[in-house]
Amino acid sequence: MAGSIPVSATASPARKPHIGPWGEAWRRFRKHKMAVASAVVLLILIFGVLFGPLIWTLPIDEIDFTARLESPSLAHPLGTDDLGQDLLARILYGGRISLAVGFTAMLVAVGLGVLVGSIAGMAGGKLDAALMWLTDLFLSLPQLPLLLLIIYLFRESLTGIVGVEMGVFIMVVVVIGIFNWMPVARLVRAQFFSLREKEFVEAARALGASRARLVLRHILPNALGPVIVTATIDVAGAIIAESTLSFLGLGFPPDIPTWGRLLFDAKDNLDFAPHWALFPGLAIFLTVLTINFVGDGLRDALDPRRVT
Amino acid sequence: MNEDDLRQMIGRVQRGSLSRRGFVKRMAAVGLTAPMATQLLALSGISPASAQSVPTYAPSRRGGGGALKILYWQASTLLNPHFGSGTTNADASRVFYEPLAGWATDGTLHPILAAEIPSTDNGGLSPDGRSVTWKLKRGVKWHDGQDFSADDVIFNWEYAKNPAVAAVSSGSYRDVNVVKVDDHTVRVEFNQPTPFWADAFVAAIGQLIPKHLFKDYAGANARDAPTNLRPVGTSAYKFVSFAPGDNLRAELNPNYHLDNRPYFDTLEIKGGGDAVSAARAVMQTADFDYAWNMQVEDEILKRLEANGRGKVNIVEGGSIEFVQLNPTDPHREVEGERASIKSEHPAFRDPKVREAMALLIDRNALEQFIYGRGGPATANFLNNPPRFTSPNMRWEFSIAKANEILDAAGWVRGRDGIRAKDGVRLRFIYQTSVNAPRQRTQAVYKQAAQRAGIDLELKSVTASVFFSSDVANPDTYTKFFADMQMYTTTMPQADPERFMNQYVSWEVSSKANNWQGRNISRFRSEEYDRIFRESQGELDPVKRAALFIRMNDIVVSSNHIIPLVKRPTVSASLNNLRHVLSAWDGTTWLLSDWWRET
Repeated sequence: MAGSIPVSATASPARKPHIGPWGEAWRRFRKHKMAVASAVVLLILIFGVLFGPLIWTLPIDEIDFTARLESPSLAHPLGTDDLGQDLLARILYGGRISLAVGFTAMLVAVGLGVLVGSIAGMAGGKLDAALMWLTDLFLSLPQLPLLLLIIYLFRESLTGIVGVEMGVFIMVVVVIGIFNWMPVARLVRAQFFSLREKEFVEAARALGASRARLVLRHILPNALGPVIVTATIDVAGAIIAESTLSFLGLGFPPDIPTWGRLLFDAKDNLDFAPHWALFPGLAIFLTVLTINFVGDGLRDALDPRRVT
Repeated sequence: MNEDDLRQMIGRVQRGSLSRRGFVKRMAAVGLTAPMATQLLALSGISPASAQSVPTYAPSRRGGGGALKILYWQASTLLNPHFGSGTTNADASRVFYEPLAGWATDGTLHPILAAEIPSTDNGGLSPDGRSVTWKLKRGVKWHDGQDFSADDVIFNWEYAKNPAVAAVSSGSYRDVNVVKVDDHTVRVEFNQPTPFWADAFVAAIGQLIPKHLFKDYAGANARDAPTNLRPVGTSAYKFVSFAPGDNLRAELNPNYHLDNRPYFDTLEIKGGGDAVSAARAVMQTADFDYAWNMQVEDEILKRLEANGRGKVNIVEGGSIEFVQLNPTDPHREVEGERASIKSEHPAFRDPKVREAMALLIDRNALEQFIYGRGGPATANFLNNPPRFTSPNMRWEFSIAKANEILDAAGWVRGRDGIRAKDGVRLRFIYQTSVNAPRQRTQAVYKQAAQRAGIDLELKSVTASVFFSSDVANPDTYTKFFADMQMYTTTMPQADPERFMNQYVSWEVSSKANNWQGRNISRFRSEEYDRIFRESQGELDPVKRAALFIRMNDIVVSSNHIIPLVKRPTVSASLNNLRHVLSAWDGTTWLLSDWWRET
């Protein structure tokens, strides 16, 4: 029909309402049932830890020896620990820290990874080689000893400036972020290598697009799919890394009930007070699982080559 | 009780109208340790009743008992008793090496390689307290068949006191002189009258190594001796294999010097893991016969005991869990050193603040809900060579009183509820090792302190760092770069002299001695120093006891030291295992007498 003029409006194909790229992504995301369900659960979790303490106002550190190791009841819906402290209040409070650590550390890792990866991927040559050496270097560093070193070196000065909780938070987030950007960087670089030779990029370049525009408008959005999946795994990894640090006595002070710390405290009582470990464990499990599914759904939704 | 009463009582024991045990009990009532009481009797010519202090041994033949499996959740790394620091190493080498005598749990000496316990009666003790003569058991052979003799004993003294060897046991041997009288008699001579003579050649520090295997390694090359890891001793069990940090295997010694012993054919000491899983391995799954040092919440132990397979053994010793309030300032450097003794803690220099701190820990809750049988509350630092307790100290938990004291002393609450005075805020870093009961204690303390306007910042350091002597690490307990810290200190022998020297000023842990000084709390008092020195030369046991009680009262009433709970040794064993434990000696001190009821 090329070149022909439609005779009447009725003859034209049924015109779809215009859908933008985000609308399209949302449409695709909705098709992924698990992702939608997970997103709902995750949102409930996030709202729970953000606003829960406003509704459930029991203090997190109220010691009550008459109510030790109680199973879930009306007064304590998730039971109590061995000092009679209310577990629901502690899990809600701890969730703020665990989730904040998880998401922020992920942002740090992804930010660094995308930056390094895209510079290496665009520049090529010597700069690329140097940056990849750096990546390999970081990959080969033994994580734990280095973590210990960094924490010993900077903990006191940092907590001196911004206070204990904030100081530890910044440090944990930065430290976890610094050790997790490498896979992201490699992924992004590989994506850049393949994408920058693609026709649409060539076309954009031929039209005179600047380098920054090429990267930001054309290559990066197309490279983001795998990055998002890695990012979701990073969130889970960061939550668990934080518990490792708490376990070694290097994370948050022992009286701050992060989910990892709650699990650590509960482990000795597992056989006769299972609720104590069960609920924080469930919280970590649900968070990690739902984030992964959401990541899965996002990848499908944001993949430009996928046609549905 | 004065000297006359004492002499009369000793006279009654001599005439037979008062039993030795009755005498020891009465002495304990006035705060005199059982070991000291028995030594007092010995000085007066009454030999101590050592035989009754150890349970009877039933098996009528050697061997046939199968395997004995012991679990130590901290593994040993070295098997030379003169080098191994720490309980685990001393206990592991004790499996193979024996001293002349060991301490039974009632505080009496039990002869092992000695033929008898010295007393003035048998001529073993000189009346002036300047020498002790040990008669050695005859017919004792090393595991390789060589004879054990006085030369071996002399060699151990020379070896341990040699600075080139750098033995951890050197302190017990440096200041004595040891003379060989004949092949089976040695005499230990002291420079001054010595009230506590049973140190060299006794218990953990007294384990004897064979001269013929160590004589070529008795200098700077001592650490290279192959026998450091493959011991040849005189004990009931012979060496089979040793993996440092993992496990230790031994087998029955067919030529052991005591009849019908040992009962077990093989012995395994497995190291590693943690206290809770060790408790489970004995009391739940019965994979092991005995597990050492159950630092586990009593609640858990009770539930495990309910399985009916194993039981918890509690032996009262002198260990104590306590809090130290730093007298020096850990946040400021003076001449390049944090917590220098030239500085003063800005808040703790006020005795009222320390008094309030001592009122804010609920020892009753600690005992009832956290430590249980493993931690009876106490007001004293020096508790327990049997009832060596000062009657003068009391503890109290009262938030209201603490508030009153702080109000009266001019510490006013700020907007955030934290008290301050002259720009000094009552905000303290409170450190301890990672250990569940300790974190619980921290939480309990923190909550009470908060109600009195004091903010405690809790810090927990992993035990292998906290208790290490690593000079480069700022988080060790010997550096004490915090306002407060909490841990358990142990009392290695039945006499308090070694224990109480941790508050003398010349032992202060500082940069100058690489933080190796025994006085970790950095407590200093001229009066304390003077009384301690006095006690070192005091031969009269009653006066000496009074001096130690006074020392306890000085440190405790300063409130720089806040005793929390006593820590008896808690271990777990199968119901049918018959073991011999002692509060004043290592777990393996009389392994030859362990057996199993079938």
